[in-house]
Parts: sequence; structure tokens; C-alpha cells
Amino acid sequence: MSLDREREDLLALAGVTCGYSSEAVLVDVDLQIRRREFVGIVGPSGAGKTTALRVIAGSLRPAAGTVTRRPGLRMAYVPQVETINWSFPVTVRECVLMSRVSGRRVPWASRAERAQIADVLASLDIGELADRHIRELSGGQQQRVFIARALLGEPDLLLMDEPTSGVDVRLRHEVLHLLDDLNARGLAIVLTTHDLNGIAAHLPRIICLNRSVIGDGAPHDVLTTDVLERTYGASLQVLEHGGMPVVVDSYRREHVPRALENHL
Amino acid sequence: MIDELLRPFEFEFFRNGLIVATMAGALCGAIGVYVVLKGMSYIGHGLSHAIFGGFAASSLLGINFLLGAGVWGVASALMINGVTRRRVIGSDAAIGVITTASFALGLALFALFGTAGRSFDAALFGSILGVGTDDVIAIFVVCLLAGALIFLRYRALLFTTFDPEVADVAGVNTARMDALLMVILAGSILATMQVLGVTLIAAALVIPAAIARMLTNSFARMLQLATAIGSVCGFVGMNLSYHLDIQSGPTIVLTAATMFAAVFVVTGATGRRRAAGITAPAPLVARPD
Repeated sequence: MSLDREREDLLALAGVTCGYSSEAVLVDVDLQIRRREFVGIVGPSGAGKTTALRVIAGSLRPAAGTVTRRPGLRMAYVPQVETINWSFPVTVRECVLMSRVSGRRVPWASRAERAQIADVLASLDIGELADRHIRELSGGQQQRVFIARALLGEPDLLLMDEPTSGVDVRLRHEVLHLLDDLNARGLAIVLTTHDLNGIAAHLPRIICLNRSVIGDGAPHDVLTTDVLERTYGASLQVLEHGGMPVVVDSYRREHVPRALENHL
Repeated sequence: MIDELLRPFEFEFFRNGLIVATMAGALCGAIGVYVVLKGMSYIGHGLSHAIFGGFAASSLLGINFLLGAGVWGVASALMINGVTRRRVIGSDAAIGVITTASFALGLALFALFGTAGRSFDAALFGSILGVGTDDVIAIFVVCLLAGALIFLRYRALLFTTFDPEVADVAGVNTARMDALLMVILAGSILATMQVLGVTLIAAALVIPAAIARMLTNSFARMLQLATAIGSVCGFVGMNLSYHLDIQSGPTIVLTAATMFAAVFVVTGATGRRRAAGITAPAPLVARPD
């Protein structure tokens, strides 16, 4: 599968199979990411979401299939906050400057770089935190620091692994609004999430993944009982609320073993 | 009193030893920051033992010590780096096999053929006796190379140390950065072996970085502080070595350990909280799903 110039594809995965050691995590995956898209990859644990993100980012090579990227495509990756070493001695300013690895080689930031860092931090409402250690921030501020680091690299495509994992509703809204705003300014975003209702249902495009692509399209087209059951291997119902699909667990009490019933 | 303190400076071997110890302290302090933050302390410890095998072989074969042990050290460093990155077996197990086997080989060679040239004890525990101009040149060259690497690859090294996977995506050749760091580490160990001894080099790598971490939350300041602390420990330790008539390696390390204890007490809970993280292994990559 090649890039479609008219649709302004940024990258395309064609027949990608890959994994770790001899175990295939992704099997025959096809997908394209276009300019200005905002895409959510959903699926159960072990479905290959992070692996797909790594293949897109280029940090994992497929065993079979091809990954085609637009020449000169700049990508930035925001890892799961759980993987960050919060004890590492790095201030917000130092962390953000890391993404400027090409060009200027001396350790300290140039005047222009200092101004750019100040701008990007201010645009994310963390301008006054530049000299703070990354551990001294709230969850939302920490997430913003890593988004700021990604943005300073001036990417065309932002890849985010579980940006709202383990955060409360307020912070989830905060992150979603921020990403919406960045996308509106022209940045293509691909994120992985477990959160079907809080995140995925709000995105223009969802990819349901469970080792291979089960569904790909707008939430209304993808968040269906059939696609979700094939993705999650469990019974789920889809309701309509305020014009948006809402996924609910269709767990039934008769599934509870008889021995447990008296305890419920 | 002053005369007594200045007396050792009359001797050339002491002046050479002092220059080497001060530069070795600074070098190990700077490289130690990366070693500690990448969770490579065991690699530093193991590599110094591995180089001992090269030291023994070059000593017995009559080839230049720096060349023989240098080639051996770089080969061991790259081997360890390769095994660590491939994750075929646990990196600690791989390092244990490669480095202790090399150290054991060195001991066996000395046991079979006896020592020739450089002193066995000096290699193990360090000595200011026998520090010559070639040692001063060697440490100067390694300092220059390490300084150039840190200065010109500062951002890429920091990114690789903090977040290797994201650095990779951002275009940093993290494999090359790791290999360069290992080669410089091998060179640092080689150049400081005469003064510090293979059994104590790991302490010179770890302690200044640990002290610096207790004093700051900034990477740049930690790098500067660790370099300064390492050089002060080398200078003071070498002087103490002469006046107390104790081998240079132990006095330098004990000086650093004393400074660590003092900073640990003075910085209190803040310092302890900062330093707590550096004993942890490098950040784990999230289990991919």
C-alpha cells in the first residue's frame, strides 16, 4: 500500500506483522494516517496498541509488511507517564529542550530556543514551571510537559500512548481539550486508549485493534455491538446519549457462578 | 605545618599522581552521572574487573599496557553493550559472566606466570608510585575525548539516558550513544586504573554522582557538581594517601564516602529523596500490548 498524495497520507502500514521474540502481536495490519487526523486506537490489554504505535514511530520494525512514511515526516512520541523515571534530575526546561537534538550541538539553549520553550510552555499554561523538577508537578502539568517536549520538535504527527491512563475525569477533559486544540491547529494525532466513552467516542476516527484491525472509522460506524464483541471478546452494548455512542458492559447476573450468588 | 603539607610536591611521582588523581576524579565524576542515571553502576564495576584481564595479558606479553588493556576493555564494553541491548539474557547475568571471567583470567595469568612490569597490587587497589608521564598523557587524552563527547553530544546523551525509546523516535541514534558511552567508560577506567585500582573505580564513578544528585534536581548542575566533587576527592584523597601512607585508591574513595555522609546528613530528607531514585534501575519500557 503506497501513500495517497491527494488524501495527504502521512504514513501507511500495509500487511504489517510484528511482535517480540517469536510471538506475533500484530498480524497483517493495514492502516493509513492522514494530515490533520485525530485517531484513537482502542482494544483490550495485549491487543497490540502500544506495539502499533511503536511500529508507526519506527522504534519497532515489522517482521513482515511495509511501513511507508511521507518523506521528511516529523514525529514525536509521548510515552505513558507510568514509564517515566520521575526521580531523574531534570527540570521542565531541560526536559523540553531534549527534543532539540538536531542542528545546534552545544549543551545550552540559544536565545531563539529559550524563546520557543517559553512560548510552548506558555501555550500549555505551564510557563511559570520551567525551573521546577518534573516530579514537583501535578498529573496534568506532567502530561503537559511531555506534550511540550513533543511540540518543541515541531512534529507533523504526535503519537501518544495512553495519555489519560489513571487520571481523573477533570484531568481527562483537560487533556482531551488540549489535544483537540492542537489538532485544530493542524497537528495530526494518534493515541491509544482504554477509555471508550471518555476519550474514543469523542474522536473523529477510531481504530479497533485486537492483533489485527477489527474496525476503522467514525465512532458511530465503529462502536457497534458486533465490532466491539469481536475486538474485546466480551458482550458489550452500545447506547445513544446526546447524539454520541455510549458503550456499556452487558454483564448479566446469570453469569455469576451459583456458589457466589449468596455473597452478592 | 604548611611545609609538611607541601613537601610531597617536591617529588615528581607525587605531582604526576596528583594530576592523574584530580583529573581521574573529574572524569569519573562526569561519566559517573550517566552511569548512575542509566542504572549502569554494575556495568562500571564489572568493566573495571574485565579490564584487569587485559592488564594481566598485556603485562605478560610485554605489550603496551594502555594498548593491550585498552583493546580488551573496549571489546568487553562493546560486548556488554551488545548483550544488554539485545536482552537475550538478563543484562546483570551477562555482565557477571563476561567481566568476572575476564577478571578470573587475569588472576590465573598472574598466578601461572607471575607479575611483570606493573604491580599486581597497584592494579587492584591503586598506587601513586609508578605514575609516570605516560599516565598523565593518557588521562589527559581520555578527559579531552570524554569532554568533547559530553559537550558535543550533550542533548542526545541526556535524551538517551532519560528516555531512550522517545529519543530513538526523535532521531537520536541511541545505539551509537550507548556504544560511545561504553567506550568512554572503558577509556576512563583504563586511564584511572593506576591511581584508583580496579576494585575501587566503581566507587569513584558512583559516589560523586550520588552526592551531586542529593544537591540538585537539574541534570546540568548535577553534571557540573559531580565533576567538581570528583576532582576535589581525587586531590584531597591523593594528599591524604601520601601523608597517611595508605594506597591512593582507598583514600580517594574514603574521602568521597566521607563527603557523601556529610552531604547526606546536611541535606536531610530532601537529599535522601532525590538520591533515592538513582539506585533504581533505568526506567522500564511499558509492557507493550
